[in-house]
Order: sequence, then C-alpha cells, then structure tokens
Amino acid sequence: MTASSPTSNPTLLERRARRADLADVHAAVLDGRRLTREQGLRLYACRDLATVGSLANVVRERISGDRTYWVRNQHVNYTNICNKGCKFCAFQVKPKDPRGYVMSIDDVRERIRAHLHQPITEVHVVAGINPKLPFEYYLDLVRTIKEVRPSVCVKAFTMIEIHQIARAGKMSVAEAVKELKAAGLDAVPGGGAEVFSDDVHEELFKAKLDSNQWCDVAREVHAAGLRSNATLLYGMGETIEQKVDHFLKLRELQDETGGILTFIPLSFHPDNTGLDHLPPPTGRQNLHEIALARLMLDNIDHVKAYWIMISPEITQVALWHGADDVDGSVLREEIVHEAGATTPQELQVRELVERIEEAGRVPVERDALYRELSVGTVPEMATEASA
Amino acid sequence: MSALASVTKAGSCIDDIALKVEAGDRIDEADALRLLTHGDLNEIAYLADLRRQALVPGEAVSYVGGRNVNYTNVCYVDCKFCSFYRHRDSDEAYVLPTEEILDKVQAMVDAGGTELLMQGGLHPDLKVEWFEELLSTIKGRFPEVQLHSLTSTEIRYIAKRSKISLRETLERLKAAGLGSLPGGGAEMLPDRIRQELAPLKETGAEWLEAHELAHDLGLRSSATMMYGHHETLEERVEHLKMIRDLQDRTGGFTAFICWSFQGPGPDMEAPAATGYDYLRTAALGRIYLDNVAHHQASWVTQGPKIAQVSLGFGIDDMGSTMMEENVVSAAGTTFRLDALEIERLVREAGYEPFQRDTLYRPLHEPGTDSPARLALTS
Repeated sequence: MTASSPTSNPTLLERRARRADLADVHAAVLDGRRLTREQGLRLYACRDLATVGSLANVVRERISGDRTYWVRNQHVNYTNICNKGCKFCAFQVKPKDPRGYVMSIDDVRERIRAHLHQPITEVHVVAGINPKLPFEYYLDLVRTIKEVRPSVCVKAFTMIEIHQIARAGKMSVAEAVKELKAAGLDAVPGGGAEVFSDDVHEELFKAKLDSNQWCDVAREVHAAGLRSNATLLYGMGETIEQKVDHFLKLRELQDETGGILTFIPLSFHPDNTGLDHLPPPTGRQNLHEIALARLMLDNIDHVKAYWIMISPEITQVALWHGADDVDGSVLREEIVHEAGATTPQELQVRELVERIEEAGRVPVERDALYRELSVGTVPEMATEASA
Repeated sequence: MSALASVTKAGSCIDDIALKVEAGDRIDEADALRLLTHGDLNEIAYLADLRRQALVPGEAVSYVGGRNVNYTNVCYVDCKFCSFYRHRDSDEAYVLPTEEILDKVQAMVDAGGTELLMQGGLHPDLKVEWFEELLSTIKGRFPEVQLHSLTSTEIRYIAKRSKISLRETLERLKAAGLGSLPGGGAEMLPDRIRQELAPLKETGAEWLEAHELAHDLGLRSSATMMYGHHETLEERVEHLKMIRDLQDRTGGFTAFICWSFQGPGPDMEAPAATGYDYLRTAALGRIYLDNVAHHQASWVTQGPKIAQVSLGFGIDDMGSTMMEENVVSAAGTTFRLDALEIERLVREAGYEPFQRDTLYRPLHEPGTDSPARLALTS
C-alpha cells in the first residue's frame, strides 16, 4: 500500500483517507485505477463512512458532475403469481392462491390510459414468474403500452422473466429478446440478480436463475442492443465477501458487454416475507452500499439511490455518497409496498427536485435511456402534484 | 423563500476551516455560516468527527434510560410551533395526579431507566410549593432517579406565580430534589425569530440567565436549538454563539441537542426540514460548540436512519429511550426506539453502545448488558 503521492501538502481528502487507512484507495480512485477485492472488503469494514462516501463522490463527480437524474415513471406489475418461492419476496403468491391476479391486456391498456394526463416517460414492468402466461401475452403487453402511449420507453422484464418468456415461446433467449425488441421493448430493468452467491442462491432463491444464468440472459439482452440495469439485494444476512464478489462479477460482465446503464443497490424489506425475523437495513448501511457500488463498479455510469426503498431522507444524503440518480415520481409500486414500505406512493416531483437542489446538486429529468429532458426546476410540476 | 432552508453550494471550499479544526482551534461565526452552506456533507462530517474525538475519544456511544412525564398540558403561551398545549378551560386540559406520576416513574425504574424528564405547560395555578411537594415525593420514593426536569421557562414562570426570585425558586427546587435542567425552551434564542415564534415566552436573554443561574447553583443543564422554521442561517449561528459564550463562562452545559421544527403547528406553516439539513446543523453544533462535551441525536424527530447516520457527524449520544413522548408526537411524528434497537443501530454503525446516567457516567462495565437491556430481555 502506498499513499498517492508524497507531497508535503496533502489535500483534505487525502488526509481523511490516511486517517481511515484508505490512502491506497484514495490514490487508486484519483488515478482512475480499478479497486481490488481486498480494497472492497476494507471499504465495507471501514467505520469512517463519510470518507468512503467522499471517495465514491470523486467517481460520481467524474462521471456526472453535480447532475442528479430523476425520471417520471409508471409501474405495471402484471401478475403476482409466481412459482419461484423466493424467501425474501412479499409480493408473490402461489399459482392457486385466491389473492393471485393477472392483469389482462385490457387492464394494462386501462392502467396506461389512466395516467395519460401525467408527463410519464418510462413504464417499468416487472412481475412474478407465472407459467400459465403464453408467449404472446408478453408481446401484446409491450405492444399495447407502445400503442396507447408511443412516446414512453418500455423498460420491462427482469432477466428471470425473459428466461421464462423464452421458455413459454419454446425458443432461445436470444430469439425471445429479438421478438420483444421488435414488439417495442426499449430497456430491461435490473431486478432479480439478488446476490451472486451459490450459497445464498441455494438458501433463498434456488428455483430462480443462478448468477451465471442471470449473466447469460443479460449477455443476450445486451447483444440485441438493449441496455439493462443491474442490482444487488442486500440485508438478508449475506456476507461482505459475497457482495464484493457480486460487484466483481458484474464488473466483468460490463467489461464484456458494456450494456449496463445503472446499478441499483436494493435494500431488503423484511416485513411479510419469509425472512421477517430480520431487521431492515439501517440508514448507514443504505449509504455504505451505494458508496461501495460506486467505487467498485467503475465501468457502470450510474448508481441509483432508490428513494422508495431507502427513504427520501437517506436518498438526499446519498447524493454525496456516490449516487447520481434518485429514480423519481412513481405511480404504483406494488412489490415494495407489499413488504411494508411506508413512503407515500406518489412523492411529489417538486419535493424530490427541491431536495436535490438543497443538497447542492443539479436536478436533471431523464428518460429510461438517460436522455436529458430538462435541467433544473421544472415549471409544470404543479400539474403533477395536483393530479 | 425556498421551501427548504437553503440551497447549498457544491463548489465551495472549506480547506482553511479544516486546518483550524485539525489544529484544535476555534472557528468563528463567519466560518460557521460557510459550513452551513457547504454542499459536501462528508467534509463537514469529518470536521465534526475530529471535534468529537477531541472531546469524547473512542468509539463509545451512550444513551440514557428515561421517560417523559408531561405533568400538565395547560399553557397560556400559545407558541406557534406547539401542538401539545391546551388552554385551561379546554376539555382536553389536564394536570396529572401525583399517584399517576409515581406509577409512571415506577414503570421507568422497572425498565432500567434512571432519568425523569418531567416537563409541562405554564399552568397559572401551579406554584413552587406544588413542585416542591411533587419533587420531594418522587425523590423520597425513588432516591436513585435523576430529576432532569423543568425547563427554565417553567422555572421562571413558577417564580413569577410564587412571587419569589428566580434564584430562590431554583434553590428551593434543588433542595426538593431537582437534579438538572433539560434544555428545552431555548427554541431559537435571537430576538427577531423568537419574537415571531414565541412572543410570550421568556426572551433569549432570560433563557440564558436562568441557565447561568442554575449552573452557578451547581445544577447542570443541556442546551438545545429548534431550527427549521423561519429563522435565517445567521440566526442559527447567532444562537450557537450565545450558547458557546455562556458555556465559556460556566461550563455547566452537559450536552447540546438540536432538532427541526415538526410542523405545521396550529398557527404556523413551514415545511419540515430535511435529514440533510439536520446532519449539517448537528455537525455544525459539534464543530462550533468546541466547549460542550456531548452532542445528542434527536431520533424522535429525525427517525432511526438519520439518527444513526448522525453518529458520523459528531454525535456521541443517542439520547433517551424516551418511554413516553407526547409533545413531538402531538405534531404527528411517531418514531419509537427501545434500548435494544438503539444498541443495534449503534453497533451496526461500528460503535459500542453503553447506558449512562444524566451526567454521562456509564452505568455498567464495557461488554456487559445495560440495565435497560436486561429489563427488556430477562
């Protein structure tokens, strides 16, 4: 380990890094060198969160400056029926459960129509793995959203859902992705990666894709020219080694495909799940996970502080811990709310934008592909708030 | 004005202030104001942590087992930010009977608590004899309990209604068992904002006078600040200066606690200050108040997430387990933390929790269970 440079006047950050035993990380971050597994573990174990956050902030500002992205989106959770039985999920019900639902294509059409008066740019579609749904259903779903609202980006189907869609269509994943893209699919969300660990996979979500399969589907998505997000679900008792290895595996995949747009650390909500004996992740952990992701995933452009999961309060602080995205005004979020998130479903855009500004950052409205729609305070926000 | 307290500047530089703090030097009011508008929260955290380490070295984070008892909600002062008080003729007005107060103290003792935070409105009928009787009765039944009770506002009012001096009131209450004074009632000390917030309350100068007098009589107290209404950032700094100046004279403040106005109150509109604002304000309190040893988190107003994060911002104490809280919750905020949850939050942040008494003395050996934990787990 060496300090960055033996100058007689170390910078404030350098002094802080030395105090936190992170001088080598500081040097690597300033030089744009990739962090090692050992450094990742040390960053996780470091009690000086503010310094870890400041190092992550260097990377964040190098990529995005003061820009903080937000999006107006609508969620569609087309079915809650799922045969995977993941222990951490509060949303799923078994195929014969009376609480089960499947949205018909007409339901989807209505749901999209219901919000036509609001300036939505992205429709986020995720759901359970329901083996009863035919291949055509998924294509119709995408086509219908595009038909009712041609201007929106359809960001739909996690890797596990795409895997299921291919199976329903009795075709390869590559062929299924091609069909979905032709139907109008614009991007793929990052959920379902959970933790890339064989042990955690075996214990908590063994019916689902493992890490290699997840990466295989992602490769096909990226090969088809679609961008995707990626996630890590933390707070279920996983180890810091497992989390660092998760980052390394994603970093490798990204070196190969370059298709990952945003990384989103997902904070586990234990209520109503098979793991409800666990306490929810703390505010410190929310920030630590964001900072680690920003530092380890040097080849992914954006790291999101997902306010619905970690609270608006922590999200604002996260803008100085590596996050450059806050998600946005969400219409309907059924999966997290089943797990007891108490955040109001429609946080007013105004409040979100004001929080970004209060934290000294520049709010930028984006679409699903990070095309910039407006910078700064948005004048028509009052309509959104009163809707 | 903007809905939020102020927009910070991302590009500002505080290297010169950092050099002062690293050298252990005092910062001035201009420095303080710059810190309040400095965007990089983590640099402020660093300076606050340096100060914390200078005054409270190590990784220990304390908390106190205690409860609130609000002996009356009758009050004539009409503070605009308060949702708790009632007028004397209201159907909801009350004065707690002594037996009920004793039951509440017993419950606190059973829960491993040691600190009784008894506060109430300004009730015209309650004179010094009533308080002497109450305090000595509690102290007689529970000699080990610390009566960390009665804000200076109440004490001044008791003096007035009893037609005796403030000094005599404090002496008589101390003789009856009063152990220390909570810091409530400070709100914002500077005149302009205080006049707007609480025109009928004691002035800022009177609040300081009462605490100085208490310190002279050997009673310790804590200092507070309620920010996040219509005050300016300059007024926040001025408030801190008034506290630092008094502490230079007496050394009587054990701790500083700030919290944001929880609104809207009945006659007041203000948006809730953010957790971001809390962190920089609490950190500034630690950096500027270099003569106050302990800085408490306000989890009751900020919630467990921000309270935990504040441990990296100069906070070394999680405050009270606060078995009963009526004033903040009257404004709609309902966070609840018991000793187990406080300890978990502290440990997960990488610190070591311990239970203290009101004067910040540990109640148990490091590595052993605290009385409050034992009461909850046995």
